[in-house]
Amino acid sequence: MIGVALKGLLGRKLRACLTAVAIVLGIAMVSGTYVLTDTIKAGFSGLFTTVYQSADAVVSGKSAIGGGDENGPGLAPSFQESLLGQVRSLPDVADAGGNVAYPTLLVGRNGKVMASGGGGLGFGLDPKRADDALNPLKLVSGSWPKAGNQIAIDVATSDKKDFSVGDTIGAVASGAAHRYTITGIVKLGDASIGGTTIAVFDLATGQKIFHKQGKLDTIYVKAKSGVAPAKLLDEVRGILPQTAQVRSAAAQAKHDTDNTSTFTSIIQDFLLAFGGIALFVGSFVIANTLSITIAQRTREFATLRTLGATRRQVLRSVILEALLIGFLASVVGLFAGLGLAKLLNQLFVAFGIDLPKASTVFATRTIVVSLVVGTLVTLLASLRPAIRATRVEPIAAVREGALLPPSRLARFGLPFALVTSAFAIALLLFGGLDGSASTKQRLIAIGGGVLILFFSVALLAPRVVRPLARVLGTPGARLGGPAGRLARQNAMRAPARTAATASALMIGLALVTVVAVLAAGLKNRFESSVHALFQADYALTSQNGFIPTGIGSAKALVGVPGVQVVSSVRAGQAKLFGKRIGITGTDAEMPKVISIDWVPGSTHAPPFVSKDFAKKHSLHVGSPLTLQVPSGETLHVTIRGIIDPPKGGSPFSDVTIPNSVFDGAYANPTNLYSFVKVDGGATPANTARLDAALRTFPDAKIQTESEFEKNQEKGITILLNLLYVLLSLSIIVSLFGIVNTLVLTVFERTRELGMLRAVGMSRRQVRNMIRHESVVTALIGAALGIPIGIGLGALVGHAIEYPAFTIPWGTIVVFVIAAVVAGLLAAIFPARRAGRLNVLEALQYE
Amino acid sequence: MAVVEEGAPAPAQRGTVVRAQELTRRYGEGATAVEALRGVSLDVGAGELVAVMGPSGSGKSTLMHILAGLDKPTTGTVEIAGQEITTLDDRALTLLRRKHIGFVFQFFNLLPMLTAEENVLLPLSISGQRPERRFFDELLERTGLGDRRTHRPSELSGGQQQRVAIARSLVTRPTILFADEPTGNLDSKTGGEILELLRESVDAYGQTTVMVTHEARAAAIADRVLFIGDGLIVRELREATPQQVLDVMAGLDS
Repeated sequence: MIGVALKGLLGRKLRACLTAVAIVLGIAMVSGTYVLTDTIKAGFSGLFTTVYQSADAVVSGKSAIGGGDENGPGLAPSFQESLLGQVRSLPDVADAGGNVAYPTLLVGRNGKVMASGGGGLGFGLDPKRADDALNPLKLVSGSWPKAGNQIAIDVATSDKKDFSVGDTIGAVASGAAHRYTITGIVKLGDASIGGTTIAVFDLATGQKIFHKQGKLDTIYVKAKSGVAPAKLLDEVRGILPQTAQVRSAAAQAKHDTDNTSTFTSIIQDFLLAFGGIALFVGSFVIANTLSITIAQRTREFATLRTLGATRRQVLRSVILEALLIGFLASVVGLFAGLGLAKLLNQLFVAFGIDLPKASTVFATRTIVVSLVVGTLVTLLASLRPAIRATRVEPIAAVREGALLPPSRLARFGLPFALVTSAFAIALLLFGGLDGSASTKQRLIAIGGGVLILFFSVALLAPRVVRPLARVLGTPGARLGGPAGRLARQNAMRAPARTAATASALMIGLALVTVVAVLAAGLKNRFESSVHALFQADYALTSQNGFIPTGIGSAKALVGVPGVQVVSSVRAGQAKLFGKRIGITGTDAEMPKVISIDWVPGSTHAPPFVSKDFAKKHSLHVGSPLTLQVPSGETLHVTIRGIIDPPKGGSPFSDVTIPNSVFDGAYANPTNLYSFVKVDGGATPANTARLDAALRTFPDAKIQTESEFEKNQEKGITILLNLLYVLLSLSIIVSLFGIVNTLVLTVFERTRELGMLRAVGMSRRQVRNMIRHESVVTALIGAALGIPIGIGLGALVGHAIEYPAFTIPWGTIVVFVIAAVVAGLLAAIFPARRAGRLNVLEALQYE
Repeated sequence: MAVVEEGAPAPAQRGTVVRAQELTRRYGEGATAVEALRGVSLDVGAGELVAVMGPSGSGKSTLMHILAGLDKPTTGTVEIAGQEITTLDDRALTLLRRKHIGFVFQFFNLLPMLTAEENVLLPLSISGQRPERRFFDELLERTGLGDRRTHRPSELSGGQQQRVAIARSLVTRPTILFADEPTGNLDSKTGGEILELLRESVDAYGQTTVMVTHEARAAAIADRVLFIGDGLIVRELREATPQQVLDVMAGLDS
């Protein structure tokens, strides 16, 4: 009997392959995600390991408020340069070297910053000590920068942008850009560091342009031979100021890797979710394809029964077949994932996220998870069809055109579908409307509700297929003549099959609609919020609009003729009420450029807090506020105002302090936004004048209100497009579902197609008939999916407290057209098969 | 040749392997109910080839389905090898099929992906048995499949496919073989060869066989022909010629 199952599989290669495709794609996504994120993690880990390989211990800045201690602006404070000498003179220290660091962008020949993703690193180091083994930066060619106008850049930038020793290049750190002569080409570690650029200056220059005079950020320590690591650490720890810490090199490498793996883990979960969706859709496709093939094999199962096969043997043979298909498809998917990982990486690079990579990591976990998940999903999807196969009575062997008996559960079908729908809707309503639950609980409820909803709609769909097909098939029936009319009838004659096929597409379409609805709501809300707030003529942000930029650019605008107001929003972190939060800084001129909704009794100036924050901590105008900043300093301010921030996105955090206080507390203050008011408003002449003033700040960008709006929305658009691309995978899976159904239907209707040809239908008409049926199926998927998507979008929007519900009609029309095109694409292969049928053979087909 | 009185069960000769008593079968309910069988009793003796004839709609197929345990009678009993089968559950029926019943179908019902030899061996592999090599080889020779062992059904003619089906039904040496219109899908020459093969298997192996047919020529190879009309056995002939069968049939149709 096992042989029968195996041979059956071989005998139906096409059908087996069609079934497998659904799993191959989903598993490729799972395996590709693991391969990509493992490779990125290995890249980071390799990078940090080589960075610290010559050191025994590493001293770094320590934020007094905890959290990130990378050398990010406003996070870890730097320490005094003199610490290096003290470390060197410790009895057990053989040698020590240090550097100062700050995010630094290189400026391309076009005068724009090279920020293709990953940003840029900047270092200042002592050229005399630069060739020490302790220095993680290694010279590839040329020499180390020794003077204020010299720089060394990384190999990748040198290669890609064609800069070599002797050329000049611009660089911008925490201030205006300058031009430097390239003296050397360097590399950091051996692994690729993605799209990150590196700029190296001599120590004094670095300290100057990073605004860290007399400071260092990292010290690499080498112990004398024979010194125990713990002893070295203790010794170093003894002389450290409060704002510095020491770790063993291995611990530091692990720590840095862990910092980045949080990020890669998010990417991993994000991508796996899409793999999961594709597999969910795939399970629909597999269940449907198997149901059809099993219905077509009714006589075969009946014959086996007459030959003495038990129900159990029939069940086993079907399940074995499914297991094999699932396993083989998983193997193919596993390896396809290697290719997909490269594609995903390209995708991320295209969306501006370029990450370090090592050589491809193909972990055992990837193999195990891919094979187990793929096989299990196939197995689960095959259970229902397999059980139905056991319902075949032996007498079907002697009946012509015997049909698969309905499942024993069929009569509970409607009540079951209604109960699950009710359950799904209850979960969704709880998630969408119950304000007392936490956002996380609500999103989990919505997530679970969505899955069950898809399932129950698929159960109910057979009952609405006929009316839907009647309506949606009308254009085809009108335009397509007899082929169109027959196609509509065909779509209606096996409602369960059409419904299952359309349901797979429904899922993908519902999800893209949710995304579209949310994005439209977000944009709409954001736009109205910008319109309401924006009183300025111009906004100044970093090039990409959301990374904070040095305060120099805003200062450069102050003296420009005609400029009335330049007011900025600073961003940083602080600890308040025992919690680390983001805070902002601004000045008293802000109300002139941004309309702020003040709670009565407020003085219209910082320090101010948001209404919700004030309520939560029982604050009012006049309340004292104590903030701890990363340097360890404690700030005492008195609240002067309370604001009611707009829902669509406020430029301010919950707590906003005066810029004068902010600049005193943060070593390298940065602006999130600056807003500018000019005589005569936004005019081309004013824009040109401001642009000119910003020539030495290539990382900053002056924008009018509408440009600002568009720029800020770019982030939403990028995310939106990324989601569309990733969701398209599950739509492709459902397209294969349509292909499967049609191909199997053509098999099944061979004799009928022969008859139609015999009575005068042309090949073209046969092909058209299949195409029309495919389009009707796809449209049913759209008719089910898009309304569900709109409803879910409204609910999710409500749950994440973003109640700007907007239906993006234009996008929805595009989705419907896409569904039609998808239907046409899916029909290509089946229509060709149907058109190629030999009339005589088809009539004799049994 | 001897004509036996209508309706009277034949005396069991060499031991009865199939015995049916007062079988009725009603399909549907109420006014639309159809009485396919209205009280049929018969015995089939060991080594006997019995043909069941009748016009379409006479109930002959229903009779065979019930005798073979594929369908259940509304009333009445069927015994195969001394076992009452109408009350058996699915599991017991399956075991009964493995041990006692062979089938030959009108449309052959071979598994397309298996070779001729694999198709023949299928009933054994289903019940987890190994073939007796000598018997198996002889069976393939006798059914004329010796040089077709590795061919798949699609590579065989209709007659050859039916030979595979017959070999498949004989491989377990069933107590009783049911043949459902075995020549119904074959041309007359091939059909004749298949009938010869069936007759041969009865003679060579003493294979008890019940064959449903509407062909006089097919019925003529039987030891006994039962004529069914309107749900009842209306005539019975022993070792009839095709002409005698046709005469009876003509009488039934009128």
